[in-house]
Amino acid sequence: MNYVVLTIFFLLSALTLGSGIMVVTVKNIIHAALWLISTFVGVAALYMLMEAEFLAIVQVLVYAGAVSILVLFAIMLTRQITGTGTRQLHSRWWVAMLTAAALFGGVIVPTVWQQGSSWDKTASDAQAILVQQATEANGGTRPEIIPVAGTEELGAALMGEYLLPFEVVSLLLTAALIGAILIAFEERTRRRRVLTLAEELALRKRGIVEPHDEEGAVVPVDAEQAV
Amino acid sequence: MLSTYAFIGIFTVAAITFPLLPLIISAIIRPNRPSEVKLSTYECGLEAIGEIWVQFKVQYYLYALAFVIFDIETVFLYPWAVAYGQLGLFALIEMGIFLMILTVGLVYAWKKGALEWI
Repeated sequence: MNYVVLTIFFLLSALTLGSGIMVVTVKNIIHAALWLISTFVGVAALYMLMEAEFLAIVQVLVYAGAVSILVLFAIMLTRQITGTGTRQLHSRWWVAMLTAAALFGGVIVPTVWQQGSSWDKTASDAQAILVQQATEANGGTRPEIIPVAGTEELGAALMGEYLLPFEVVSLLLTAALIGAILIAFEERTRRRRVLTLAEELALRKRGIVEPHDEEGAVVPVDAEQAV
Repeated sequence: MLSTYAFIGIFTVAAITFPLLPLIISAIIRPNRPSEVKLSTYECGLEAIGEIWVQFKVQYYLYALAFVIFDIETVFLYPWAVAYGQLGLFALIEMGIFLMILTVGLVYAWKKGALEWI
């Protein structure tokens, strides 16, 4: 194993794990979200180290970029945050810790123990097949650069073999967007609506007084039915 | 092959050093005489009223969600763009359909007024 690569791997692992620990221990919840971004970036760098460039870019784009924004927005929308000292520990935190430890000890450790050496062999076998294919394609001589299945092949597969799922994904995304608007947007139209003059007069007659701003009258939630 | 990543490594180090260095230098050489007025919180010269931590309207979450959805779209555009050279016209039409379906969602959001800033 190349020592430079190994050193980088351990540095990146330290960054990822350290940030992860900060996420679950830090008191300020906004800081926890920011540390989460650092964790995501660490994982992206690990992908990069495995030469999975596309995955690394997706990790940065989607997780570090978008998911963390979602998390931050969700925090800002939450009602009961005073900002100082959110309690991170649940009273039965040790149950979660035991579960995590049991899963790690029961699944990951035995798997690595048994399969670890054969993984190396699988990787070198795959490498040999790639070299052989590239040599055949090159007309018998071993080319300088061995092509690895990557972003280009993925794009070709999306446009060919997986065309229908690919198009269905766009439907799914559209459905998600429309669904989100339906759920979140109704809230506002129910709470705030500019009244017509007739509606306002009708409300006045019944003695329901509503607040004004420059846009017009605003219906209080419970008076909505009265209109 | 990994040596090409050395550039990214150098870039990362430079990107971290560049903003950090002025902060460190200014922390060393600047005079430090804090006073009550200097340390007070203000916005546009006005005195701040109430808490910093306020609950935002749920409406804002829509912007974030729309952002995530079009972010995922980029993820699909990426391999398509890389492979486009060997794919040709058919791929262009396919991606056109993909984008059109997504645009329907955007048009809906626009029509509903969900993109208006409140």
